[in-house]
Amino acid sequence: MWPRLETSRLPRTCLLAALALASAHSVCAAVAVGDAFPDMALANLAGPLPATAGNVALVDFWASWCAPCKASFPAYGRLNAAYAAQGLVIVAVSVDQDPAAYAIFVKRYGPPFFVTRDADQKLVAAVDIPTMPTSYLIDRKGKVRFLHTGFHGDATEAELRHEIETLLAEKAS
Amino acid sequence: MPLPTLARYLAVLGALAVALAFSGCSSAPLTRVKPWERGTLADVSMDPNRDPLGTAMLDHVYFSREAASGGTGVGGAGCGCN
Repeated sequence: MWPRLETSRLPRTCLLAALALASAHSVCAAVAVGDAFPDMALANLAGPLPATAGNVALVDFWASWCAPCKASFPAYGRLNAAYAAQGLVIVAVSVDQDPAAYAIFVKRYGPPFFVTRDADQKLVAAVDIPTMPTSYLIDRKGKVRFLHTGFHGDATEAELRHEIETLLAEKAS
Repeated sequence: MPLPTLARYLAVLGALAVALAFSGCSSAPLTRVKPWERGTLADVSMDPNRDPLGTAMLDHVYFSREAASGGTGVGGAGCGCN
């Protein structure tokens, strides 16, 4: 009923299973604190991207259909006003698939920072964000140092202020 | 002492099941909607409760007749943000 299984193949099979486990983990890995953020220039985002090299970057993934994202934009505007001159670059990446919804949102909120659209959702899939919205605070060397899942009003803004000041105080080299 | 053939098979299958369960991709037959793919779910047309006032009034009728309320369903659409 059961074909014979060579005992000598058992360790090899287990090893293959372990390798499958490891490879599956690498395929599903999301960008986390300590990782290098994917190169946004390769993601075919709309419009020319601002220079983030050597600066502190706040990359936020948002959408017009996401209510907390609407609450986050005024806060990012305040952060931009306070820290842009010191080297903070805010890049708000929309995952909207409807260009009209994106355009209406941008027109309504008029963000003073850079906004773009990940029309193919390539970047957001590569980053594999855990929820909407999610923001990544990247240091001058291009490493993700802080990650914020969701936007929780004043609490998130206060945390971001503290973290941005920490990263701005660090030197690039 | 060699294991019986069936036991060896079960051991291999167990190892594979553990590998899949801990891989994070164990839900292969499921299509999980990613957070950035919920634009359609967040649309107002996906809300099963299109008449909140009417639903509240109906709940009141049931409460008055049956002295009980609630149990009218769980969450429907939405972007699942935050």
